[in-house]
Amino acid sequence: MPLTALKNTRPAAILHSLFVPFIAILFSLTIWDFSASQIKTSLGQIPGPVAVWGQFKGLVTEHNNEREKEAAFYQRQAERNAKKLERDPNAKIKIRQYTGKPTFFDQIFTSLGTVFVGFIIGSLIAIPLGIVSGLSNTMYRAINPIVQIFKPVSPLAWLPLVTMVVSAVYVSQDPMFSKSFVTSAITVTLCCLWPTLINTAVGVSSIDKDLLNVSQVLRLNWFTHVRKIVLPSSIPMIFTGLRLSLSIGWMVLIAAEMLAQNPGLGKFVWDEFQNGSSNSLGRIMVAVLVIGILGFILDRGMLMLQRAFSWDKSAVLR
Amino acid sequence: MLSHLHIDHVSKVFPTPSGDYIALDGVNLQIDQGEFVSLIGHSGCGKSTVLNIVAGLHQATTGGVVLNGHEVDEPGPERAVVFQNHSLLPWLSAYENVELAVQRVFKHKKSRQEMREWIEHNLHLVHMDHAMHKRPDEISGGMKQRVGIARALAMQPTVLLMDEPFGALDALTRAHMQDSLMEIQNDLNNTVIMITHDVDEAVLLSDRIVMMTNGPAATIGEIVKVDLERPRNRVDLMTNDEYNRCRAAVVEFLYQKQRNPADD
Repeated sequence: MPLTALKNTRPAAILHSLFVPFIAILFSLTIWDFSASQIKTSLGQIPGPVAVWGQFKGLVTEHNNEREKEAAFYQRQAERNAKKLERDPNAKIKIRQYTGKPTFFDQIFTSLGTVFVGFIIGSLIAIPLGIVSGLSNTMYRAINPIVQIFKPVSPLAWLPLVTMVVSAVYVSQDPMFSKSFVTSAITVTLCCLWPTLINTAVGVSSIDKDLLNVSQVLRLNWFTHVRKIVLPSSIPMIFTGLRLSLSIGWMVLIAAEMLAQNPGLGKFVWDEFQNGSSNSLGRIMVAVLVIGILGFILDRGMLMLQRAFSWDKSAVLR
Repeated sequence: MLSHLHIDHVSKVFPTPSGDYIALDGVNLQIDQGEFVSLIGHSGCGKSTVLNIVAGLHQATTGGVVLNGHEVDEPGPERAVVFQNHSLLPWLSAYENVELAVQRVFKHKKSRQEMREWIEHNLHLVHMDHAMHKRPDEISGGMKQRVGIARALAMQPTVLLMDEPFGALDALTRAHMQDSLMEIQNDLNNTVIMITHDVDEAVLLSDRIVMMTNGPAATIGEIVKVDLERPRNRVDLMTNDEYNRCRAAVVEFLYQKQRNPADD
């Protein structure tokens, strides 16, 4: 172990970095357990931490069972086809997809996929637009009112419009993506455009005047100017925007999936709510925690990406 | 005869909400090829404005700047600027900072290999070979300023413009940098315009010292011609009569004829 690592493992440091959060989590679990036991709903008692953990294990079992069923299905199909070919080498064989219902964990991946698609489309629009409006005062004045008006619009207001537009425009015999996926992704895009756009514009417009003078004296062309001076100096602000955008996108996605019936976490929550079994509240609680933890992981991921991209490794990133 | 660099009756007016502010009024100066000229004056007298107009970063309201028969109306690498606070790109190493300038100026004139040698040559000139691949936040203030000078020199400018290049440095580093600058200027024979606050620096380095009156409507007050042999040695000059005459003239101008408005 290097010496510096030893230094940081002093008892006081351990106490601070592990013990304090541990106590805080324990404390909130206790409050949760106590208050849950006080509330009775039509679907039974609000589940405490232990019940929720039980539900989580149930979901894992369900997932594994479903995977086994799927494997068995494909195995049966392969055997059937092999027999058919044995009897008649020219026989037509059909390969069918397994159509079991998606498990909780399948839904997590659908949600992550949807949020990434929406977020990436949003960023691909927002970053260039932000750079252009940060560089030109005229563009900024043109874009600013539009941004200010659309920024506060709730995803729930966009959703019906997006749904109708997608149904009208996205028509194909063999669609690559389901409509619900496209609707959710576009709704995410519409809501996570703004923080990146605004932060990029602010970052670009607040570049050090001296560096702009350097660029002028060197007579850098527009492209080199953006690549060598504008982008590196606004990377921190762009990433601040991206992190805000991703967390907004993740929040918006759950709501969008509930209403668009995209097979993700939002739909899971909605289905459980409609289902109304005695397990439902516990399963929803699992979903809530998973949504929170994934949101946290996404943010950390962006932070690591920022570290990788930023030239200033010494900057404090939170 | 046309002079090398002519700052021709330059005036600069900044519009402000409370009416126009006349920063410069009729600044007129002719500079020869290879001449080292210092601009000295109290804060706010428009020295930087003059320099920025020559650099092309600002436009004169009336009058103009003519360099070798061409009017200056935009910034360009033939009038390289050494900025007050080095202005290196913090995300590039010393080498890359110079490289950015060299690539821009010698794009189709030098091969990749020649460019590399030229960059290294210029960094060597300012004694920065040992820290070529360090980023600005890893080197000292004096080193940053040297890289800034190397970047400017690497553009092979017709005129080198320096805005208080050593203002932010400690006295020892500054003396060292002044010696390097004299050495380099001796070799390359660039035309240099340098802004300074430091009387000794002005006398040591310059062929002429241009002293500016206080603003508003600042203009050239007096010009002192420094008639000293080069190369100059700061220790020998301490007892030199010409050196002391020039020094006295500048001090008298700054502290008697043009007292700092802040002191009144």
